[in-house]
Amino acid sequence: MEFMDSDRKNTGQPDVDNSALRKAASGGETPRFWRGFDELADTPEFRNHKENEFPHGANDPDAKLDRRDLLKVMAASAAFAGLSGCTKLPNQKIVPYVRQPEQIIPGKALFYATAVTLGGVATGVLVESHMARPTKIEGNPDHPGSLGATDAFSQASILGLYDPDRSQAEIHDGRIGSWAEFQEELSTALGAEKGNNGSGVRLLTPTVTSPTLGDQINTFLKAYPSAKWVQYESATRDNIREGAKLAFGEYLNTVYRMDQADVILTLDSDFLTSGPGCLRYARDFARKRRVEGPESKMNRLYAVECTPTNTGAMADHRLRMRASDIEGLARAVARELGVSTVAGPVAPPNVPAGWIPALARDLKQHPGASLIVAGDQQPPIVHALAHAINQALGNTDKTVYFTAPLEVSPANQWEGISQLAADIRARSVTTLLILGCNPVYDAPVDLGFKEILPKVAFSARLGLSEDETSALCHWHIPQAHELESWGDARGYDGTASVIQPLIAPLYGGKSEVDFLAVINGQSAKPSHDFVHDYWQAQRAGVERFDVFWEKTLRDGVVDGTALPPKQVSLKPGIGAEPPATEAQGLEIVFRPDHTIWDGRFSNNGWLQELPKPLTLLTWDSVAMVSPKTAQRLGGSSRPADYLKSEDAVELKYKGRTIVAPVWVMPGHADESVTVFLGYGRRRSGRVGTGAGFDAGWIRPLATPWIGTGLEIRKTGDRWALATTQTQSTMEGREPIRIATLDEYLKNPKFAQAEAEENPLSLYPEVKYEGNQWGMAIDLNACTGCGGCVVACQAENNIAVVGKKEVMIGRHMHWIRIDRYYEGGVDDPSTYHEPVLCMHCENAPCEVVCPVAATVHSPEGLNEMVYNRCVGTRYCSNNCPYKVRRFNFYLYSDWDTPSLFGMRNPNVSVRSRGVMEKCSYCVQRINAVKIDAERQDRPIRDGEIVTACQQSCPSEAIVFGNINDPDSRVSKLKAMNRNYKLLEELNTRPRTTYLAKLRNPNPEIEKTPAV
Amino acid sequence: MAQIFHRSTNTISRVSIYGAVILIAVLGYAVDVVNQTSYVTEVHNARPQPVLFSHKHHVGELGLDCRYCHSSVEDSSSAGMPPTQTCMACHSQIWTSAAILEPVRASYRDSTPISWTRVNAVPDFVYFNHSIHVAKGVGCTTCHGPIAEMNITWREESLYMRWCLECHNAPEKYLRPRSEVFNAFYKPPSDQEALGKRLMAEYKVQKLTTCTTCHR
Amino acid sequence: MADSPSDKLAAAEFASAPILGPGYNYASVTDKISAIVLARRTPKWWIVGFLVSFALVMLLMVSVTYLVVAGVGIWGIQIPVGWGFAIINFVWWIGIGHAGTLISAILLLLRQTWRTSINRFAEAMTLFAVSCAGIFPLIHMGRPWLAYWLFPYPDTMKMWPNFRSPLVWDAFAVSTYATVSLLFWFIGLIPDLATLRDRAKNRPAKLIYGLLAMGWRGSAVHWERHETASLLLAGLATPLVLSVHTIVSFDFAFAIVPGWHATIFPPYFVAGAIYAGFAMVLTLSIPIRKLFHLEDFITMRHLDNMGKVLLATALIVGYGYMMEAFSAFYSGNQYERFMILNRMTGPYAPMYWLLIACNIVTPQFLWFRKVRAKVGALFAIAMVVNLGMWLERFVIVVTSLHRDFLPSSWGTYYPTRWDIFTFVGTIGLFLFLVFLFIRYLPLISIFEMRTLVASEEEKKAVN
Repeated sequence: MEFMDSDRKNTGQPDVDNSALRKAASGGETPRFWRGFDELADTPEFRNHKENEFPHGANDPDAKLDRRDLLKVMAASAAFAGLSGCTKLPNQKIVPYVRQPEQIIPGKALFYATAVTLGGVATGVLVESHMARPTKIEGNPDHPGSLGATDAFSQASILGLYDPDRSQAEIHDGRIGSWAEFQEELSTALGAEKGNNGSGVRLLTPTVTSPTLGDQINTFLKAYPSAKWVQYESATRDNIREGAKLAFGEYLNTVYRMDQADVILTLDSDFLTSGPGCLRYARDFARKRRVEGPESKMNRLYAVECTPTNTGAMADHRLRMRASDIEGLARAVARELGVSTVAGPVAPPNVPAGWIPALARDLKQHPGASLIVAGDQQPPIVHALAHAINQALGNTDKTVYFTAPLEVSPANQWEGISQLAADIRARSVTTLLILGCNPVYDAPVDLGFKEILPKVAFSARLGLSEDETSALCHWHIPQAHELESWGDARGYDGTASVIQPLIAPLYGGKSEVDFLAVINGQSAKPSHDFVHDYWQAQRAGVERFDVFWEKTLRDGVVDGTALPPKQVSLKPGIGAEPPATEAQGLEIVFRPDHTIWDGRFSNNGWLQELPKPLTLLTWDSVAMVSPKTAQRLGGSSRPADYLKSEDAVELKYKGRTIVAPVWVMPGHADESVTVFLGYGRRRSGRVGTGAGFDAGWIRPLATPWIGTGLEIRKTGDRWALATTQTQSTMEGREPIRIATLDEYLKNPKFAQAEAEENPLSLYPEVKYEGNQWGMAIDLNACTGCGGCVVACQAENNIAVVGKKEVMIGRHMHWIRIDRYYEGGVDDPSTYHEPVLCMHCENAPCEVVCPVAATVHSPEGLNEMVYNRCVGTRYCSNNCPYKVRRFNFYLYSDWDTPSLFGMRNPNVSVRSRGVMEKCSYCVQRINAVKIDAERQDRPIRDGEIVTACQQSCPSEAIVFGNINDPDSRVSKLKAMNRNYKLLEELNTRPRTTYLAKLRNPNPEIEKTPAV
Repeated sequence: MAQIFHRSTNTISRVSIYGAVILIAVLGYAVDVVNQTSYVTEVHNARPQPVLFSHKHHVGELGLDCRYCHSSVEDSSSAGMPPTQTCMACHSQIWTSAAILEPVRASYRDSTPISWTRVNAVPDFVYFNHSIHVAKGVGCTTCHGPIAEMNITWREESLYMRWCLECHNAPEKYLRPRSEVFNAFYKPPSDQEALGKRLMAEYKVQKLTTCTTCHR
Repeated sequence: MADSPSDKLAAAEFASAPILGPGYNYASVTDKISAIVLARRTPKWWIVGFLVSFALVMLLMVSVTYLVVAGVGIWGIQIPVGWGFAIINFVWWIGIGHAGTLISAILLLLRQTWRTSINRFAEAMTLFAVSCAGIFPLIHMGRPWLAYWLFPYPDTMKMWPNFRSPLVWDAFAVSTYATVSLLFWFIGLIPDLATLRDRAKNRPAKLIYGLLAMGWRGSAVHWERHETASLLLAGLATPLVLSVHTIVSFDFAFAIVPGWHATIFPPYFVAGAIYAGFAMVLTLSIPIRKLFHLEDFITMRHLDNMGKVLLATALIVGYGYMMEAFSAFYSGNQYERFMILNRMTGPYAPMYWLLIACNIVTPQFLWFRKVRAKVGALFAIAMVVNLGMWLERFVIVVTSLHRDFLPSSWGTYYPTRWDIFTFVGTIGLFLFLVFLFIRYLPLISIFEMRTLVASEEEKKAVN
């Protein structure tokens, strides 16, 4: 095991071991902790689809009052008033172990290497565990797909583990059943099928890359040769698979080497923040943009896209066009680059004159160092064209290479699911076993799973929570969370990781491996053994397998499993057949949601409240239209009639209609509407049920991603949306300082233009002695993905407040990512800027606090002492950066037992009426300081890593000792791109920014944007 | 015309006026006094425990080292409470049938933890770390009192912030050589101040009084 | 303003105009005033008014209870606008209080005899306003039950308040102000309480007034000490008139928020306070003199004088607004400029222009004697000014906060129904106290009126 230290809160809380926690979670005992999720449950908008309330509809927290009686609040407050000495020592218990496990030292955190998956693809993580309670997820530096970084999804999976709405019992036709009972019924069902080789048996799973699980499934298919295995995810990557097939005649896995690419063209792809390997790609990409001095070079990114994405925001040149026109552009580029076979090209509309030739020249000039990336939603032909172009540019095996597929058995999932539906309709399916999938919610709507699922004689479903599908199956079996189960999965480049449990299943759930074991009649064998034995078989050569196994578990990756590059040969005549002439009319584009993906995270409060990077919307999905299109759809020339954000409209597509809120999206392609999957869940949980609208309802089999012929009708209603930023422009102020590479090279100090040398101050100068903490944030690297926001939330026990509170402006995130537009509304440049407490040396908040609850530490931290705060909010008023957050209600959840185990024991959970804010993760600073002191040595640079820094894929955030000239942070602050936010106020912030640089193509920069 | 009031009213009113002022002052003082009493602080109140464990016997008479049971005190925030295992290490050999030890044997037998009553507790928002204090020469008995004389363990100090600061402001008054940290019978020398100052230099002891030292 | 024609007229006419109606002697003055208190039957309008105000007090109770139970979240406040109605109302009420102290203290020191008939209830008004104001700083806290941490006392934490914070100064300033005002008012009451004691018919009244009179027998010694005490307290109160609102203004001026961070705040707040205060005195005195038929005691001369004061302070306040705008532009500070433009054209522009209309435009009518001579007009103007001063505080607090430095954190503030209930509730509390006061205590200082009678008679003697 890998050990790391971290001191643990020394309180009266019993030191829970698994059993205790399991009891707590199942509502057994209730130690003191917090509240918050049930509040969300009670606020109406989680029940109503349409919520016509204005932000100032704050005036019904009455729901809250029901559960808050005076006494309770007074008790809570008394607990906090503790230090005033007016409280008696409560009677607390200490419950030590009977037999103490070896590695566990009370108060020390252990870190275990495992992996979390999305769409079957693994990201290696280290999980922090306090007394056997997993509390925080960090990236695994040894995993190629993480390199120590994490995305919001993996960060939030901790909350997924402790989600109070997880299913807790086997359900048999709506009644509580039992595991044993299920096993019997299953074996009879399968037994009946034995005769006809299981022709009536169907196994429905998500994408499977797990070698062990694959092995088990194949064993099953051997036993039942006629049984069928269907893989399905609504955010399927069929297009990538089919694209490869089109180009190379076989399913392949495409891997990019961003660190080799100097010129990149994306075709509607968001490779920086979504899809397998995005963390790795973001890191390599950012490293190619580090501008440390005049000699530095930068890569150049061209983004052609319909829906604005983070990748588009990072692009040096962004070209917006309807998703269905992108094929045309791809053809044009291909032609330009001499891929002779390509038919057409139909000249794509709205491309500035000379844009394509200029791009082509740029690409040509970088043979083997350029890269074309096609997006998941683009049709196979576009992927094929991308492959062809890369081939033509000699990029294959340089900036991009191909390996055998990650999936155990790659398949066209879209065809698979429709075949399954057909079989069920044909009554040829007697036994349907569903692992995790939720077809009733997310299968193509015209397959009508809701109607046909009951036709199956025996249907069982393994799932984390009782959802739409469980409701229609005979059996629902609670699934064990990834952090509770044994398993394995492959990373974006094929590297396999072993998934090991951090805690025994809280609700006695079963892992996929367990489930397959039962199907294969091996229920006696524990899931660990399957994984262990599989790899032992794979590593027959290794003597001392136990050592290898031990190492594998410690490292989190199985040595030498990365898939080798495969020699591929491009099929001739790609794109030869002329492009299908697109049906005209309004276009509709479906995309997985940025924070809750295909809906699997919809009951996760952290992700629901994580602002979507470009809209900063929370708790809702929208129909995005460009300003121009919004005008046209208004139906008249009167501005009053234009479609506006928050207008509720009726989307009519292929005969189905759904009501959705409009979001007028700057930079979106005209004549196109983007809707997002994952919302409008009917059976999700207290958080997710009813939030947003279900775009899947108008997503037919024929057009999973892009279609035309959408009709929009105003309903006249208003659908209030909760966004965390209402002002999108910089108002002539310069929170973000931007220059092109050339401008920078001409004037390297542009960012410090109006910086004063030594501004005077009434306050005594800070003495730079010992450690002086500071932070530098490289705006050139930040992709605005939001991983840091959730990481901070997990590390610092930050409460979730719910849609209504966000609408009023009361979200609690300690680090927020501001988004600014520059240029016209139709096609602006988009910039992201993470803002957290600046830890000013002349902090305006400190002078005004009447009770000295926020003060300065000798090491330069701006400290916030919750238990001293009386809540005048004066500090927040006086904070020019508005990074302070206030507990207007008792936001933290004191009641839900299952959440108790999740909290970081080293951070106070805040009470009602106190201010809170970023602390530079002072608990981590103290932990390291204490170790260093005990070992009587100075703190090493990079030894203290804040939660946000730790999770950042692009290494944009660097924390350290600014009093040490050799520390990384000092070096960054010494750069001439370094500047202070609102410097003119002379607050002397400890958090500073490195100005953003763009590297435009001079040829295009000249031509005016269309 | 007839008098409304008896003449005593004058005195009464005078007394009550001045009295009120004095009363308020007294009440204020009283609150502070009450907060010092062991009723509020639990100081010197021996608390009932599931097992009649005597530090006096184990430490005072047998001379067990603190770390034998509180094993993580040197490397963790929490000093650690001994698992039943630790008790049984000896009591599987001696006093194997003593009635007083039945709860311990039961715990070991049915592997049900013993739930002790906490004696020294700080509020939830206070983060205390044993290891660093021990490493810097703060003796166990400095805070936990004459443990070697406690039959049933009591709390020696109020653990008020004011009390913490007494040492954090002037560590030299309390420090002792590292070798003596676990000595339950340690008596500070007459030249404590001088010794303390020397140790502060030697152990690089800082006067940490900034809030986040304990509150986060 | 001394040259304005209307004022020449006024000067000419009011030189002779009485501050006490003709034909009063010691006895009749005493009778008339004490009769109000000792009268057996309570007037109907009083009962109605009292009940209404009492209902509003109950509303206040409900709002505050709910606040303590649920949290300040029930209000519209958020980030960036961390202060809303609570602080607005606090400043408004504190301001209103000032006139009382001004009239009773400063005018006493200046020997302005015309103050006599209005100073008693002006002081009472001060007290009640301050008690309303005092509620808000307390309940606007996230954890009001810890409010005592704002005061220095030896605690188990070895912690002291942060003496650099204007809020701590506030705590001292306001509490001092409340105490001094109370003492001042009570000392002034003593002789009259004695009078009531002696004239009261029933025993309970005798007892209560007797106790409160603290054995006053009107001996020369008593009078001598009473005189000294009043003068001393007047001396104490005078600086307070300036200090309290100066310190209240520091709550804003010490912050760096554009629109708060201005050196002009102290004088401009004090002027505003007096302005608001006199408006409220007018608002109260006009109905009272009507209902209790006190036209002879609170004469047109009083109303006229107060009208003038109102006008004068209105001009000062107007100057304040001008300077605010001017310095914003003159400063060359983009945030200051944006702030003032935002006030004039932003989402809260209507509030700003309404405020200008109420506080600057309306009072200009007071230039005309005819207007000052019309009781109704005076009352109307006074009401408008009350509203205007509230708006001023709203504009200062909200428009400054809602769009400060970083556009990303801009927001919009909407009050909730609980904000409004609490505000209306305190108005109720104020009226509630006023009603009790005018019914059970002499709302005009009897003994001081007697001195007026004396001076009037001297005049006669001279003629």
